[in-house]
Amino acid sequence: MRPGNIGHLGVKELRSLLRDPIMLSLIVYAFSLAIYAAATAVPETLNRAPIAIVDEDGSPLSARIAAALYPPYFKPPAYVTQQQMDRRLDAGLDTFALVIPPDFQRDVLAGRQPAIQLNVDATRMSQAFTGSGYVQAIVDGEVRAFVARYRAAPAPPVDLVARPRFNPELNQSWFGSIMEVINNVTMLSIVLTGAALIREREHGTMEHLLVMPVSPLEIMAAKVWAMGLVVLVACGLSLGIVVQGLLAVPIEGSLALFLFGAALHLFATTSMGIFLATVTRSMPQFALLLILVLLPLEMLSGGLTPRESMPDLVRYPMLLAPNTHFVTLAQAVLFRGAGLAIVWPQLLAIALIGAVLFGLALRRFRRAITLMT
Amino acid sequence: MSGDGSAPAARVVGASLVYRSRRVLEDVSLEIPAGLVTGIIGPDGVGKSSLLALLAGARAVQSGTVEVLGGDLRRPGQRRRVCPRIAYMPQGLGRNLYATLSVAENIDFFGRLFGHDAAERTRRIRQLTAATGLAPFLDRPAGKLSGGMKQKLGLCCALIHDPDLLILDEPTTGVDPLSRRQFWTLVARIRAERLQMSVVVATAYMDEAEAFDRLVALDGGRVLAAGTPSDLLERTGAASLERAFVALLPEERRGSAASGPVPARTDHGAVAIEARALTMRFGDFTAVDRVSFSIPRGEIFGFVGSNGCGKTTTMKMLTGLLTPTSGTSSLFGHPVAASDRETRRRVGYMSQGFSLYGELSVRQNLALHARLFGLPAGGIDERVVEMIHRFDLAAVADALPERLPLGHRQRLSLAVALIHQPEVLILDEPTSGVDPVARDAFWSHLVALSRDQGVTIFVSTHFMHEAERCDRVALMHAGRVLATDTPAALMAARGATDLEDAFVDFLAEADGPAAPADAGLTAAAGARRAGPAAWRRWFDPRRLLSYARRETVELVRDPVRFVLAILGSVILMVAMGFGLSMDVDDLTFAVLDRDQTITSRDYAHAIAGSRYFVERPPILGPAELDRRMRRGEINLAIEIPPHFARDLARGRAVEIGAWIDGAMPSRAETVRGYVQGMHAHWLARRAREAGLGDVTAGPARVEVRFRYNPELESMVAMVPGVIPILLLMIPAMLAALGVVREKELGSIVNFYVTPTRPLEFLLGKQLPYVALALASFLLLVALAVTVFGVPFTGSFTALAAAAGLYVMAATAMGLLISTFMRSQVAAIFGTAILTTLPAVSFSGFIEPVSALDGVARAVGEAYPTSHFLIIARGTFSKGLGFDDLGASFWPLALAVPVLTGLAALALRKQAR
Repeated sequence: MRPGNIGHLGVKELRSLLRDPIMLSLIVYAFSLAIYAAATAVPETLNRAPIAIVDEDGSPLSARIAAALYPPYFKPPAYVTQQQMDRRLDAGLDTFALVIPPDFQRDVLAGRQPAIQLNVDATRMSQAFTGSGYVQAIVDGEVRAFVARYRAAPAPPVDLVARPRFNPELNQSWFGSIMEVINNVTMLSIVLTGAALIREREHGTMEHLLVMPVSPLEIMAAKVWAMGLVVLVACGLSLGIVVQGLLAVPIEGSLALFLFGAALHLFATTSMGIFLATVTRSMPQFALLLILVLLPLEMLSGGLTPRESMPDLVRYPMLLAPNTHFVTLAQAVLFRGAGLAIVWPQLLAIALIGAVLFGLALRRFRRAITLMT
Repeated sequence: MSGDGSAPAARVVGASLVYRSRRVLEDVSLEIPAGLVTGIIGPDGVGKSSLLALLAGARAVQSGTVEVLGGDLRRPGQRRRVCPRIAYMPQGLGRNLYATLSVAENIDFFGRLFGHDAAERTRRIRQLTAATGLAPFLDRPAGKLSGGMKQKLGLCCALIHDPDLLILDEPTTGVDPLSRRQFWTLVARIRAERLQMSVVVATAYMDEAEAFDRLVALDGGRVLAAGTPSDLLERTGAASLERAFVALLPEERRGSAASGPVPARTDHGAVAIEARALTMRFGDFTAVDRVSFSIPRGEIFGFVGSNGCGKTTTMKMLTGLLTPTSGTSSLFGHPVAASDRETRRRVGYMSQGFSLYGELSVRQNLALHARLFGLPAGGIDERVVEMIHRFDLAAVADALPERLPLGHRQRLSLAVALIHQPEVLILDEPTSGVDPVARDAFWSHLVALSRDQGVTIFVSTHFMHEAERCDRVALMHAGRVLATDTPAALMAARGATDLEDAFVDFLAEADGPAAPADAGLTAAAGARRAGPAAWRRWFDPRRLLSYARRETVELVRDPVRFVLAILGSVILMVAMGFGLSMDVDDLTFAVLDRDQTITSRDYAHAIAGSRYFVERPPILGPAELDRRMRRGEINLAIEIPPHFARDLARGRAVEIGAWIDGAMPSRAETVRGYVQGMHAHWLARRAREAGLGDVTAGPARVEVRFRYNPELESMVAMVPGVIPILLLMIPAMLAALGVVREKELGSIVNFYVTPTRPLEFLLGKQLPYVALALASFLLLVALAVTVFGVPFTGSFTALAAAAGLYVMAATAMGLLISTFMRSQVAAIFGTAILTTLPAVSFSGFIEPVSALDGVARAVGEAYPTSHFLIIARGTFSKGLGFDDLGASFWPLALAVPVLTGLAALALRKQAR
């Protein structure tokens, strides 16, 4: 192996990339607009939820409850009958339907603790779960406030104070933006190396390299460092300018440690890109395979939903994916300010996975090029 | 046979064509006489193919007039009338054939398009394959035929409908000389049977052109000259057509005079390249069969043979690119090994098609190769400049090779191969496609290298007059070397006047007797010819089914696409099902108990007893709390203040702290919800135990009824919503790919030039994907019910009926997208984005459509996914059937014809 060759070939990769406007704009987009959009477009827990009210009381209290359900959390409530309510829930028009029974206000004032029925379309998971809590709190608040004009309510004896750490307001955009950066690091590194390899094979320049005093290992290492460097720089800039700057996400830990982890991750994913390119015969096949590999990789790595929620059959095999460890590392370093002493197991895991992927890719690569006709 | 007096077969007046902002044809006017063979001659890139595509109706007329068989091709009606009388074989070996389809399946497909019934097709397949000698290979996939056989098959497919005008674009390029002769014999026999048929041929072989009735010479998109071959020779006073063509060029482009005779070689004695019984097998296919030769130093050794005869494979074994199955090869007495760097430094290689880095400039290409060959760093710039001057590249030194004419790229390739001053040069078809002037210049470089510098040159070619310039040639066919000697000796051995005749003689001997030629080629007098009514109808289900059959067969034989079609949605469903799940359990927590009383422990137990939480060892102090949270070991830390029990008993306000890891906000929200719930529960229990009644209860209660999914399981909520998204994305992508693939591979031309209607083409393409999507639908429902445990409560018939409509709409959407996509990669990502974005964001998957406003609302109301989503959730979880969901069926039923119609309108029947 000659480091000189790896250097020259890597510079060649960079020059090729510079002349490819489509890939360049994809990189710029993926690390700027895409991050911004993903962070800001995360749907807030409840947004304009459609709600219907079956008001069988028609009292000032029931009107007061209806008036408390307003945008942006709820759409202005629709007044319906009991039968209409069922039909509308069936058709998916409403997520919530509140049934206020007859004599509700009278019973409340008489201290009979009457019940309001809240029907929730539980096939709309996220809305149903958070929204029902909101509705309960609003109804409770309105009824208490209404009653307070007549008598004082007792304060609860023990208060539970929830103190989220590392992200006190539980701002979705903090997490969302970082995860989008990670997803795009993975996606771009695989696409860039895989596409570069397939293009060389399709254009016949791979053969050219192989008749020169250059080994497959050098060719692969050049692609890994060049494409990895491009993505690493883009990722660093994106964290500095878009995430910390535009989105004002505070980063508690060491950016350098995160970027070191990213470099190891890139070693693994660029190797994966080469591997995928060697098992496919053409660009379209590569693109199809990419979709089947990338989506599960991103969705099951813990960057979208907590790994705690996945069954063991998914959770354990996913430990073989570099993403899983990188996502854990990113959360620890960037939000919890964890240092090397805490994240070394992740770094080691990513490095090991990277080495295995590189080795596999090299073996396939050697085989694939000798079979080229 | 003469065209005099009768109307011409085709007339072109003032036709110009701009393709991707390049002028390809410039004010071309010509006449193609009826009943004759007209040749269009000129090197690559002069506009031959564009002209023929115009004549065939495959490319739209931009300016000027093109009349073929009396019909004006600018008028769709007239084009539809004459196109069935034209047969068109585009350039490239087997470009309009389907590589995975067998010989019989290919012919059968074209037969169906022209409305032949089963018996007629069988008869014609037998007749055509017998006449062309393809009969023994009926079941072989077209992709595995030799070049000559592919062209014969192409001819069979072109002749299936008895055309009046046969358009052949370089039908013999890259085909061995014997097959070439057989091909022309075939064409001559067809013409003898169908006197009225006219033939237009483009060719790069000037010797072939000498046999044509009339010639049109093209250069730079313009007509240089037209006339009979003897006219052209007479006009230029040249001895051969090749010379005549050069003489017709403008003066500044003629280059130096014709190359003189090759000077004699001085014998250096040593052997440079030696091959002994080299054999290469790929599976059960023997590409190279015991090839042996020995090339002395300084010799120009030629390898002559057709495409696919094993020339390239042999060369790759000599360069170490391929390891031979058996046999040995050596360079300068050293065995060739893939890992031997030293030998590689002595060899220069120029691969087929001038592969260079298109994104690097001419100078950068040279410098990169110099560095990789390990030239001393100080000498690289000098060497690059030297090569630039020697090969006359100074004017284009900073240009990108992709944009250079073929001749420049050829010189650059040679310069790159020579940058490290190799002693052996291996050149794989270095002159294909290059015009005669550039070819001459190239050969004078080679001669200089061999004679002046003693470089050994091993060159492959399929041009005979190039082979004649070599010191010695090896004639290669089907992986074997038939003979090796000097051109003169080979000719003498066979008593031939030129090398081509000698080669043909060798080939005939190797192949055995020629194919039987007794069968007629075209429909004999008694045979039925498909009536015009059969193929002029507006809509012919047989053509539709013909496309559907072919698409199915191709799909089944393409493993990656087929696996994606069958399993893609299942794989993604597993990913999305688990990836989108909101249920969280096994959360870790620990307690920092500063009170250490029975009451405080009771509080901690209340949480530990929950199925959501797993308790970790207690925390001893604030520093430890911080450390363990940072490490991510615990998701939740409960801090119970000192004097908790005492204060509680005295009725003082007490605060319990719940520290939640907020790194992942959605998980933190869930944790907060769980903890608050358990806190409230604990308070209520204590109040009950103290006999206080429910002090926490407000003046009214809210009873929550979670309908359809009482346990609030995410799978139940999520999975029926994921099915519509997957049933949209993958079928749409596959359908789009089905069309765009043909565009990229070139077989779309069959749709352009056959009487197929857009709707027949599209529906034919759609059918297999609808069937596959339905299979995938059943698989997804089975997966949902079994693996994800989602109960199915409603009418399956209703769901299945809706799925049928929905996948038709989804595939139609893919077809619509395909009409404005050019490359397969764009189609894959474009379809994925264009279909999933509205499906995920605007169709009620996350928020109900009724919650949206403006454009998003409008898209959501119209998008098929919204309606299928309601039906999927309704039938899965809400126990509904046809009666309850009728309102959602109508929009789906409407989407199918609307989307299909739009796609049919947008699909062009010609290339532009």
